[in-house]
Amino acid sequence: MNTWRNVWTITKRELGAYFTSPLAYIFIVIFLLLCGFFTFFVARFLDAGEASLVRPFFDWHPWFYLFLVPAVGMRLWAEERRVGTIELLLTMPITAWQAIVGKFLASWLFLGLALVLTFPMVMTVNYLGSPDNGVILTAYVGSWLMAGAYLAISCVASALTRSQVVSFIIAVMICLFLILAGYPPVINVLEQFASGHLADFVTSFSVMTHFEGFQKGVLDSRDILFFLSVIGFSLFTTSVILRTHRAG
Amino acid sequence: MIKVQNLAKTFGAKRAVDGVSFSVDRGEVLGFLGPNGAGKSTTMRMVTGFLPPSGGTASIGGFDIVEHPIQAKRLMGYLPENAPAYTDMTVYGFLNFAAEIRGLSGDAKKQAVTRVVEMCFLEPVLHQSVETLSKGYRHRTCFAQSIIHDPDVLVLDEPTDGLDPNQKHEIRQLIRRMGQKKAIIFSTHILEEVDAVCSRAIIIDRGRIVANGTPQELRQKSEWAGAVTLRVKGVASSAVTARLGQVPLVKRVTLVEEKDGRVTVRAFPRSDANSALAQAVGEAAREWQIEQLHSEEGRLDEVFRSITMPDTAKEAA
Repeated sequence: MNTWRNVWTITKRELGAYFTSPLAYIFIVIFLLLCGFFTFFVARFLDAGEASLVRPFFDWHPWFYLFLVPAVGMRLWAEERRVGTIELLLTMPITAWQAIVGKFLASWLFLGLALVLTFPMVMTVNYLGSPDNGVILTAYVGSWLMAGAYLAISCVASALTRSQVVSFIIAVMICLFLILAGYPPVINVLEQFASGHLADFVTSFSVMTHFEGFQKGVLDSRDILFFLSVIGFSLFTTSVILRTHRAG
Repeated sequence: MIKVQNLAKTFGAKRAVDGVSFSVDRGEVLGFLGPNGAGKSTTMRMVTGFLPPSGGTASIGGFDIVEHPIQAKRLMGYLPENAPAYTDMTVYGFLNFAAEIRGLSGDAKKQAVTRVVEMCFLEPVLHQSVETLSKGYRHRTCFAQSIIHDPDVLVLDEPTDGLDPNQKHEIRQLIRRMGQKKAIIFSTHILEEVDAVCSRAIIIDRGRIVANGTPQELRQKSEWAGAVTLRVKGVASSAVTARLGQVPLVKRVTLVEEKDGRVTVRAFPRSDANSALAQAVGEAAREWQIEQLHSEEGRLDEVFRSITMPDTAKEAA
């Protein structure tokens, strides 16, 4: 399997790149601090007296990711183009796809690691009561898939520009749309001014709608398919953008 | 090994490369000359498969770079302009990555890395991060990457740019040595380099090839080729030019310098003069005190300038 060997070589390099810069550690610390702060102080997890992580913990994830995932993904292609290493990478005997998937996987694994490091939450809630650990597990799976969707969008944004800042802003804008499309206040406005069908249509694009199922402990194939198709489509768009740059 | 036919590239309305054809065989080092913006880098980027050509074909070892990019790229090492390298890695990590992505593993990988570290003198900085390297070391790191899999074809975009004279010398030696077994293209705008390294040179200007030949052949195009320079002592310059002007083989005589009673003149030959001119000039100057007498070989920089300068600039000069 030459293909996967090439992908894995790229993935290893990218993962290494995260951990040699302080970015990785800063990201993980901020993510964990945010999780702790919002769960315990904003959502008042301890006062709620409920042995569940869904509302106090996972509800915040779409919002955390809005800023944190574009920060992880912004350098993926923008930096390669700025430094010129893209010329090395794409003249190696690998396909552009292998490079795109390899880079994406590295960042996705990194986000997975950050997510796994929130395990003290799970231990706490298990110590205090007896939660439904199945629901917690599906919610983790959903959260990771959602992070993957955000990340793939960040890849597109990163391929568009040489500037990491511009790439970050574009990614946040698109991800914000994906959240707001399913945000109750926005849905209400849509339902008032447009037909229910349109509201349904817009809502179906939202990560919120599709994340909800996971939070209830349901692994719905449509939700999984939604996140996977966002990832697939975004990575495909990335490859098209990279090709157009070079076509001149 | 490298075959390029009618290669063209347009960026918007601009034709950066306009129908370039050449081929390089094993054992040849092809020098790519041209002013900045002439299309050297663009041509190389198409040959290496980074940019898709707008027209024409390029093939490496029989594999078309567009139809069979992976096979073609496998045979090739590439040093891009400005020698980019992943700044967040150590030199060792970067070379290992390059070896792995070229399909090397285990002992073969270890040996390949050791070999290029020795060849490019990277030992002192092996565990240093690329970001902290001096320009010379970074250049050599990227160069090491391009030869890590001992490729049959090497494409080097300004391999000596930004190096100090010693490093330049080392890299040239390396290229010349490798050129005995590989097909190499390298671009430069340092003309002495062409003499030192190339078996053949191409001059490219505004996207087209304007001259193609061995360095010797290119020099022949210079009007200096075969000219004779003479320095004599104790004679008036007017007498020297007058006397030499009467020699039948001489087309014209120019005064180069008159200083401290010494006169230096240069006699340009008629087209049929060949090597007899030095003899003839020597005869004519028999009674004077000759301090120096030698034939010019023709100068590449002069050929380069006369070929690539726009016509208007030539008149102004």
